[in-house]
Amino acid sequence: MARIDLDNVRHAYGPNPQSDADYALRRVNHTFEDGGAYALLGPSGCGKTSMLNIISGLVSPSEGRVLVNGEDVTGLPTEKRNIAQVFQFPVVYDSMTVRENLAFPLRNRRVKSVEIRERVNQVLEIVGLTALADRRARGLTADEKQKISLGRGLVRPDVSAILFDEPLTVVDPQMKWQLRASLREVHRRSRATMIYVTHDQTEALTFADKVVVMHAGEIVQVGTPAELFARPKHTFVGYFIGSPGMNVFPVALDGASARIGSHAVPLSAAPQASATSKLELGVRPEFVKLGAAGIPAQVSRVEDAGRYRVAHLSMAGQAVAAMLREGEDVPADPHVSFDPVGVHLYADSWRVDVAGKAAQ
Amino acid sequence: MKPVNQRAWFLVAPVLLLVAFTAIIPLMTVVNYSVQYVGMNTQFHWVGGLWFREVLASEKFWNALWRNLVFSGIILTIQIPLGVLIALNMPRKGWGVPVCLVIMALPLLIPWYVVGMIWQMFGRVDIGLFGVMLRDFGYNYENDPIDAWFTLVLMDTWHWTSLVALLAYAGLVSIPDAYYQAARIDGASRWQVFRHIQLPKMARVLTIAVLLRFMDSFMIFTEPFAVIAGGDPVFLSTELKQTVELGQKAAMSLIYFLIILLMSWVFYTVMTRDDGEPRTQGGVP
Repeated sequence: MARIDLDNVRHAYGPNPQSDADYALRRVNHTFEDGGAYALLGPSGCGKTSMLNIISGLVSPSEGRVLVNGEDVTGLPTEKRNIAQVFQFPVVYDSMTVRENLAFPLRNRRVKSVEIRERVNQVLEIVGLTALADRRARGLTADEKQKISLGRGLVRPDVSAILFDEPLTVVDPQMKWQLRASLREVHRRSRATMIYVTHDQTEALTFADKVVVMHAGEIVQVGTPAELFARPKHTFVGYFIGSPGMNVFPVALDGASARIGSHAVPLSAAPQASATSKLELGVRPEFVKLGAAGIPAQVSRVEDAGRYRVAHLSMAGQAVAAMLREGEDVPADPHVSFDPVGVHLYADSWRVDVAGKAAQ
Repeated sequence: MKPVNQRAWFLVAPVLLLVAFTAIIPLMTVVNYSVQYVGMNTQFHWVGGLWFREVLASEKFWNALWRNLVFSGIILTIQIPLGVLIALNMPRKGWGVPVCLVIMALPLLIPWYVVGMIWQMFGRVDIGLFGVMLRDFGYNYENDPIDAWFTLVLMDTWHWTSLVALLAYAGLVSIPDAYYQAARIDGASRWQVFRHIQLPKMARVLTIAVLLRFMDSFMIFTEPFAVIAGGDPVFLSTELKQTVELGQKAAMSLIYFLIILLMSWVFYTVMTRDDGEPRTQGGVP
């Protein structure tokens, strides 16, 4: 149970990093609060795993400090950090039984054998391996092995934090839900700080209280799932979270309205944005309305996503996706308009508060 | 009813023919000799199991077999741990890797007889560097059987430990980093990493290493023949060379062959007994 601070952490894998592009982690300042359930969300190669390995000490950062409960642990090796980590692919000790695998981290830390037995039985229950407890790990299937890995991450009762690096990649879909629910339950009971790395937004949004979105070695936004949806700070967040992602149009400013081609979209106030920056308007498909008034558009196709349908249109040379409510049909001569609540202005990909100052 | 087409046998014919010429016919020839007496003018007489009884009753055969077993035992106890130890200390990346691999592979490229000749000269107490160095300790492989053994074991270790090391190295480099990372997270000691990660992951290649080293050392012939040329036969192979009677030679060859087959089977069965563990579908009791 601990609070973890990353203080100006930068990391480059190659020697002599010159530009930002050489850094896997460009500059990260972030605090993981004690007892929080966090998801680190981002595409492959955005620095999620590097960040996790820096927290656990498997990688030592090129610059910056890692603090656990205010104490600088940057120089401490992994085994002295009291952090558990679960990897993407199953790591099991083949020669041991399932039970011995789970007991291994505890035995190495000289926990009393009575306690070990009790704790291992609990964890066997949590990950659903009780029936296989005395089987050799070698002969098990990939998802059973991954449950062992998961169990070894959960077995130490006193860890500062548990880090999960895309732990459910090899697990069957229906088992994923079950295990994620178990993890939430473990978190609720133990209040350990948990950090869960994933590139799957559903996984992030269902697991975490706070989602940390990463992009190209930087944290672009930290927030609750609702915040990420309602006010994406960066066009990447808008695009990466939501299905389909946010519509982004290049625009020009004209007082209190934004111009898409020759069409004006009114904004609630005149924003202050430097004329040199690249301006974009972001609107989620949920806030795109199709009706008789607005910007004329042509429908290219309608996609059925099960519970809802998505219309893909082309408007003033731009592609737009619009969410259709149940029973709603695309009008014969569709015009696109935007719900002002869902209209965001971005300058150089970062959100500009329409009330005036740049949101940061 | 399905139509039966006997012409399908033609598909197997090439393999049958090949195996017949490479294995079955030569082996059967030996079997044929082993139950006959070949007299003057190549006249064959049926003698039944006579040659086999003679070989099995001969003290020289049992002594040679015993020496073979002890020799292979010594070779395995030295070369397997030593090879693993070398593999553990070989570099994993950088310029050291190719350098190490080439140096390790060099002894393997030298023909058996040349290795024998090298050590025969190297160990000579009058002109050999090795022999001269150890002369003062009473070393002389030509007179002392213990010294001869010592030289043979040393020579074989020099020649073949690289093979074990290279195989073990191949096993080691195939272990993903995540295993070592997990071990650090779990607080495992260096010994535990070896015992629970590296050794199990090397098990398969080590099985091959043990089998190869056992078979090769059990069949050792060229080196002792080169080093102790003209001396008393020591091993089954050299014993076989000195046997004159064709039938007896054949009988002994067959016994020798069967022993190697049996031992290899035993090694293989023992070392892979954990692999085929039966499993039921997990999760649901």
